[in-house]
Amino acid sequence: MKRKAAKTIAVVIFAGLLVATYFLSRNDSFANGNAVVDSRQKEDALKQYGFYLEPVNKEAGITFTHVCPDVDPKLEHIKMQIASMGASVSVCDFDNDGWSDLYFTNSKTGSKNALYRNLHDGKFEDVAEAAGVADVNTKGTGVSMGAVWGDYDNDGFKDLLLYKWGKPELFKNIDGKKFERVTDGSGLPAWVNANSAIWFDFNNDGLLDIFIGGYYREEINIDSLSTTKMMPESFRYANNGGRKYLLMNMGNSKFKDVTEEYGITSTKWVLAAAAADFNGDGFPELYVANDYNVDEFYLNEGGKRFEEKGNAAGVGRIPKSGMSASLGDINNDGNIGVYTTNITEKGILIQGNNYWLPNSENMKDDPSFVNLAQISGIENAGWAYGAQLGDLNNDGYMDLYVANGFISAKKNTSYWYDYSKVTGGNSTIIGDAKNWPDMEGKSQSGYEEDKIWLNNSDGLFEDVSGKVCPPVTYDGRAVAMADLWNRGVLDIIVANQNNIPLVYKNDPGNNNYWIDFDLTGTVSNADAVGAKVMVEWGDGKKQVQVVTGGMGFSSQNQHRLHFGLGESDKADKVTVYWPSGRIDTIENPEVNKLHIIKETK
Amino acid sequence: MEQELKAEGLPKTNAFSQWIKNNFQYIPPAFITLILLVGQFTYGILDNYLSLVVAIGTSVISEMILARTILGTRKNLASAYITGISVGILIRSNVIWPYFITALLSILSKYVLRYKGRHLWNPSNFGVSWMLFLGSMNVAGLSIQWGSNLAAMSVIWVLGLLIVNRAKRLHVTITYVISFVILAYIRCLITGDAFLAELSPLTGPMYQLFIFFMITDPGTSVSTKKGRIIVVILVALVEFVLRLNHSIYAPFYALFLVGPVAKYLDLKRSSPALQVK
Repeated sequence: MKRKAAKTIAVVIFAGLLVATYFLSRNDSFANGNAVVDSRQKEDALKQYGFYLEPVNKEAGITFTHVCPDVDPKLEHIKMQIASMGASVSVCDFDNDGWSDLYFTNSKTGSKNALYRNLHDGKFEDVAEAAGVADVNTKGTGVSMGAVWGDYDNDGFKDLLLYKWGKPELFKNIDGKKFERVTDGSGLPAWVNANSAIWFDFNNDGLLDIFIGGYYREEINIDSLSTTKMMPESFRYANNGGRKYLLMNMGNSKFKDVTEEYGITSTKWVLAAAAADFNGDGFPELYVANDYNVDEFYLNEGGKRFEEKGNAAGVGRIPKSGMSASLGDINNDGNIGVYTTNITEKGILIQGNNYWLPNSENMKDDPSFVNLAQISGIENAGWAYGAQLGDLNNDGYMDLYVANGFISAKKNTSYWYDYSKVTGGNSTIIGDAKNWPDMEGKSQSGYEEDKIWLNNSDGLFEDVSGKVCPPVTYDGRAVAMADLWNRGVLDIIVANQNNIPLVYKNDPGNNNYWIDFDLTGTVSNADAVGAKVMVEWGDGKKQVQVVTGGMGFSSQNQHRLHFGLGESDKADKVTVYWPSGRIDTIENPEVNKLHIIKETK
Repeated sequence: MEQELKAEGLPKTNAFSQWIKNNFQYIPPAFITLILLVGQFTYGILDNYLSLVVAIGTSVISEMILARTILGTRKNLASAYITGISVGILIRSNVIWPYFITALLSILSKYVLRYKGRHLWNPSNFGVSWMLFLGSMNVAGLSIQWGSNLAAMSVIWVLGLLIVNRAKRLHVTITYVISFVILAYIRCLITGDAFLAELSPLTGPMYQLFIFFMITDPGTSVSTKKGRIIVVILVALVEFVLRLNHSIYAPFYALFLVGPVAKYLDLKRSSPALQVK
């Protein structure tokens, strides 16, 4: 009798589990591209979330369209996958007029990049041709993958580093009027298949240095291959990517390759990098997000050497598909964390994004990070690329924008099955492009909406995708945030692969206060890259942001730092930690204002 | 995935062979542990240890409770251990509950879905197939490569073949591998993809677990050698059809569909009612 009862209970539990798991799986929320727009959407968003993002490409006069790279005929069957990157955006006030300008890269041989100068009246004008930074994708030199701006010669004007699947190029900014190509003799490598580069001053000598991360090996020329054995040797443990370059600025417009000398020797497939001082010793650490392997965390040892500590620190234990690395203090606790993006495809590949928060009493010698993405609700986005953290509604907390979508081709098709065949196999199979099944125009994680997560100030984020902007399903790549119209709000620019970018004008819809800072170094590098600003306001609130020379995926935010203050009409104290070690403080700075701060000597 | 292999007809050549014979039930658990250790220490295949502990713990504890309460017996926990470790390896999730649920469903299926006192589904095949079939946001399968370490892969293949040979199931593994290779070639003719692309899954870790542990499971395989060969060919054929329809987890689903039907027919035809082992 007891056995019969036990069997009955087992049957009930078994059936209950089947039913429960079925309904749970149907209720999974995810980027679905089905958001409905009605006339009340904007009104509701403004009322509920305090902001609305309006695409204004047409009004702004931004007509740029990205075109993907050409590939060797031997790669034609998987062209959509190989040529799936190159849409980038970087923000820079190149002419020092106080208004942010935009640089978009193009990737087809012969296509032209665009430099949109801000005309201050809501419109932009493409001046790339006249400035000499348009025609940079000429045959034999490779094609653009991204660009970052940095004042490498401390003359007050930001110069342009263009990284390519090809020859990296350096353009010197001549008084904000034009650019002079100074690549030859600068010490830049001859050819790097790079999808990431940043400016940072790793030795704090007041001169901006360069990090470039290789993706494909240097000997590979995507549009002219000698071998098809150029794919990753593993989906999770690939070490056959391009090499990295750490280029030290020698101060005479020349850069010296110190990569090996500084202990950076891995050849993982780099897609993103970000630098900040995580351990308080004044020297910036380097976070590198890798595709097909674990991420890397390079601890800066006094500007003299880097030591890779990813595994020990926790960020380099689980191999994922690292696409982006962006910095932000989401908890207002004065700690800068790193948000990295990966792939999430329901039922097939659940990697999840990460938010790595420093979590060690002794970050200097024993760095450690804890991943808060799951608990904060910002883990699963889609096939995620670029991401940026920034306060979109000026409530005092950093929100999050994540670009999504890999390949949007034929609708209702999927390359995932074909992909899983080779990625599950041995290195000799996955590593050779000729073994990869023909894509036949299929989509893969296509038609995904970008994710927008609103920081609810309690450590949790709310998914407001499709509620605070019209739904679009382009294949998003780079994301940048900037106050394009000097209104005290962050606008968003998204570069989309094979498509137009999206320039979102942020309608704040609230009266929250804000404060901005634009830093200039004197002892430190002129761009103040690496400087940390802490703003304290209200009842013990504080937030830290850092000046970077590029972060995210193939992107660069505006140079100035933007802080929302919520309903607080005053900021109590601002502390600036300069890379030189100097510390400046400002008591009760005026709010709703941009403060230009020059480092005290 | 469950193994309750018995070494049948081993020659009594020496003390070691005798020891192997007497303790063969522990060889498959030891082997799957070896696969796990090789994978973990060469590549770190486990994203965390907790998920594995939860899967094994759930399997073992639920087996103990269900065997005691439903069958009134104490069971050797080796098969539950294999089920748990298989779930821990084959399921991928960023949260813990899928490991608990999958392991529990797997063991429950042994006690709920029965015919003539025998369970019909390989336990972990049932649990893993169900969870993967749902296509949830929280669950994916191990379909990605562990690495390119040919030495590690070779060790697993050699040991695996030796063990299934000892267990008198080499014909099952060999038949499946031959069927897969032939059908992969036919698929490449149909799809136009490279033969190596069609063959590729066989070189991955998912298949190492599938061919050494799931399809050879005596508890759910049919009673005759000829029958087992026919069944495994049918599994390969159904997998072939599923693959042509772009099913990523085709081998699991094929065994899920074919295995229980074959076992049911086999029991109906020949076997008296038995107590579960």
